Amino acid sequence: MPAGFSALDFYFILPEILLTCGALVLLMLSVIVPKQDGVLLGVALTTIAVTLLAVCSFAGLDETISRGLLAIDGFATFFKVVVLLSAAITVLMSAPYLRVEGLKAGEYYFLILCATVGMMFMSSGLELITLFIGLETMAMSFYVLAGYLKPNPRSNEAAVKYFLLGAFSLGILLYGMSLLYGATGTTRLAGIAEALAGQETSAVLVLAVIMVGAGMGFKIAAVPFHMWAPDVYEGAPTPVTAFLSVGSKAASFAMLLRIFVEGLPALGDEWRTMFWVLAAITMTVGNIAALTQSNLKRMLAYSSIAHAGYLLIGVVVGTERGVAAMLVYLGVYLFMQLGAFAIVTAMRRSDIIGDELKDLNGLFKRSPAVGFAMLCFMLSLGGIPPTAGFMGKMWLFGAAIDAGQIWLVVIAVVNSAISAYYYLRVVVFMWINEDEPAGSPITLGPAMAVALGIAVLGTLALGVYPQALFSEAQSAAATLDGISSAVSPR
Amino acid sequence: MSNTANFPLLTLIMFTPLVGAVLLLFVNKNSTNAIRWIANGFAGLGFLVSLPLWFWLDMTTPDWQFVERHEWIPSIGAEYLIGVDGFSSLLILLATLMGSIAILSSWTAITTRVKEYYIFLLVLQTGMIGAFVSLDFLLFFLFWEVMLVPMYFLIGIWGSANRLYSAIKFFLFTLVGSVVMLLGILAVYFYHHEVTGIYSFDITRFHELNMPFELQWWVFLAFFLGFAVKVPMFPFHTWLPDAHTDAPTAGSVILAAVLLKMGTYGFIRFSLPILPEATRAAVPWVATLCIIGIVYGALVAMAQRDWKRLVAYSSVSHMGMVMLGMFALNAVGITGSIVQQINHGISTGGLFLLVGVVYERRHTREISEYGGLSKVMPAYAAIFLVMTMSSIGLPALNGFIGEILILQGIFVVNKIWAGFAATGIVLGAAYMLWLYQRTMFGTIDNPKNENLPDLNLREWATFIPLLILAVWIGLYPKPFIDRLDSSVVRVMTRVNSADVPLNAGAASGAVDEEATSPAVSSDLLAFEGDTGDGAELPVRGGAR
Repeated sequence: MPAGFSALDFYFILPEILLTCGALVLLMLSVIVPKQDGVLLGVALTTIAVTLLAVCSFAGLDETISRGLLAIDGFATFFKVVVLLSAAITVLMSAPYLRVEGLKAGEYYFLILCATVGMMFMSSGLELITLFIGLETMAMSFYVLAGYLKPNPRSNEAAVKYFLLGAFSLGILLYGMSLLYGATGTTRLAGIAEALAGQETSAVLVLAVIMVGAGMGFKIAAVPFHMWAPDVYEGAPTPVTAFLSVGSKAASFAMLLRIFVEGLPALGDEWRTMFWVLAAITMTVGNIAALTQSNLKRMLAYSSIAHAGYLLIGVVVGTERGVAAMLVYLGVYLFMQLGAFAIVTAMRRSDIIGDELKDLNGLFKRSPAVGFAMLCFMLSLGGIPPTAGFMGKMWLFGAAIDAGQIWLVVIAVVNSAISAYYYLRVVVFMWINEDEPAGSPITLGPAMAVALGIAVLGTLALGVYPQALFSEAQSAAATLDGISSAVSPR
Repeated sequence: MSNTANFPLLTLIMFTPLVGAVLLLFVNKNSTNAIRWIANGFAGLGFLVSLPLWFWLDMTTPDWQFVERHEWIPSIGAEYLIGVDGFSSLLILLATLMGSIAILSSWTAITTRVKEYYIFLLVLQTGMIGAFVSLDFLLFFLFWEVMLVPMYFLIGIWGSANRLYSAIKFFLFTLVGSVVMLLGILAVYFYHHEVTGIYSFDITRFHELNMPFELQWWVFLAFFLGFAVKVPMFPFHTWLPDAHTDAPTAGSVILAAVLLKMGTYGFIRFSLPILPEATRAAVPWVATLCIIGIVYGALVAMAQRDWKRLVAYSSVSHMGMVMLGMFALNAVGITGSIVQQINHGISTGGLFLLVGVVYERRHTREISEYGGLSKVMPAYAAIFLVMTMSSIGLPALNGFIGEILILQGIFVVNKIWAGFAATGIVLGAAYMLWLYQRTMFGTIDNPKNENLPDLNLREWATFIPLLILAVWIGLYPKPFIDRLDSSVVRVMTRVNSADVPLNAGAASGAVDEEATSPAVSSDLLAFEGDTGDGAELPVRGGAR
């Protein structure tokens, strides 16, 4: 192994470099042309597009670079595409929102791109410190973004809450990592896996698994580490909430898979049990809490907790099929969840906040296109065909059945039915209630229209013809080191 | 597996209504008459393009027909695989016919949000046909669930008083059942891969699987939940009276005539042939549920004061009968069950249409609000009489053929069950005739009924096809029964494939030498020949 970094290492992190440079350019532009929202939006989108191209040009590679710190494999590429797409849609839906709220666009886009850089390192890191720095980069940006509505007390509350609890949970995570380092003498995942192979499970290792699990559980908002999520989701600017619930969650799942599947296969029984319990309570608590919400944003927050529970099924299964199912689910979740939040964002007009369920009254009559789009997202979140959510859920349940996790899947099915109730409630408000609420009519700007268009198209197309996503997810999951393609014994 | 039509006939049948729905998107929502014409046009066209299924179906081959096969999701082995046999072709014809009748019946009944209404009806139509033609289990499931959404809206937007409650109840009941069914489908899928190394949802492959009994049993339970909710069987029926009562007329008609058949279709197409041993083991308790459903449904129907609710509960009773005939697990019983599914579609669909006619005039479904209608609406009363008779199984009308076949099928298996089934028929006659008496006969004591106009031309048009079919099946059922032959044989050969004797408890009630023999296939010989109405029974595939 060479002693330093080679030029090749820099070539392989070209996407991250491009994104960082783009972010810095944005920061400078926000000083030079602070009022030119269109220019700033264009630069942000171009940066993401160029980065996406660079990421895609590495498709098919399976390299370990920077002395084993980073992986350029299908798994990383898949997650990078997911976070970049979600960043792009977030940026698109933010443009009209920033205008209504009178917020500075340049710094906002800068922070979004910074968070994205962090997420990309989280999906490609092969070493605990690298992963942790990626996580910190992302989290720092979100702490600021959550409080971006400076005069709004709820936004401030969100930022403080997120920061305090986030710092606390990162401490726990770091402590878990240090225990792993202490037990194995290395921070590289491959080294940890090697050192633990064949070793007796000790109390220290179990403690490390629990602490790392708790730290990651906080990031994916798994119950009981979810307490921050509803308040932060409700208080943060809506596009930030969207990005938090999709991009941050996807990257955290990538990191979680890297650590547990690549680093700790020897402790498989321990962490599978832990995630089994987390999955079961997360989806149940998320769905039951969502049932009673009257605020749409808060309802979506709880639903996003429930979806983290579904995704954890894939971790419990832990086989190639399980991980592939997770990737498929994240791929469809990206479109439906961002789409739903884009609608909430579109409901925000100069004279109305628009995030209460009753604000949706008669939405279909007032604006059929928006009503139809929201119908697609709600059905998809509820897992009803012909939307993408069904394909995701079908495959997740399939992976669990294949692995013999019958009880977990039964819990998931019951939850799925519960969730249909509150998603349909949204539909009732939009389609069946007809009394007109207050507020000016909904107008979609071009950026918002594009964001919604992408989300609807993704939700429907992947529901009818998911082949591309399925095969990409399968080949991406196969590149995760230490993953077993075999089904665990029934 | 072939397609004699040499062009994608089934795809055409399936997507014609959807094309209509898409076209409607571009019509201004205020030009309601244009919307009605387009919707009716496409529904009628949908029926016309489905007619070749009747004329071109080859009754001599046991193969699937009009098969189309294309790649869909190759990475999990799911295909766009569609095809029909006699059974599904009849149900498709029923769906296209009842669909166009339902759409025609809504012309004046629906005045609000007309455009969305017809779009939902047409989408629903595509969903129903899609479920009947799918030979790929995932594709079937997709269509099966797609139907929920338009039906939910039809009840929720255009329904009566309690519509939101009924709509969500319908949705959640069906959803829970079908998601559990999905788990069963996936279990079969993975087992199929374990045995053959091939990932596929192709049900013709599943029909050749021999799964271990324990797995079959669990999958049977999963399928049972999905299908039994839809049928609906006691005790999963509670959504049905609510949904029927609150749905608009067209919704009730489609629900009764076609959607309930999804459940029975599912049993015959999936549960019985994929899980033969579990099916045989389940006979006693399924039969028990059927009998409870038959008697309970009839008794509750008798106690109803709401006209539509009465018809809804009669559905519970009749569908119990259909299920009981099926779980006799002999050729006669299954044939009778299928024929009775068609009959139930015609008679109950007709009865809901009839309720719709007076509801549109009076806006009440209370039976006590009516009385003596035969004086002001003689034509209406005549048609109602025919539908009532068809529903209670009067000879020379369609209901009789189905019921007699079912009773014969049950009789050899267990005479006590046959006795209960017969009780159901008697009770059915009681509540239907009592309903007829309370609404049609007597004096007009409610002044609001004095000037009710009789049927208009459009309403006549909705009833004439049903009357023709009722009489046709009643007098000459051979063309219907003949085309069921290969479907029934397919199910029977699978159900009798293993050498395990038919559940001992099931056979104990029978004394015939044939009926007590170990395999059901030999029972078939007992039914060679005439059924008393000249119909030839489909026993070709029996043990002869």
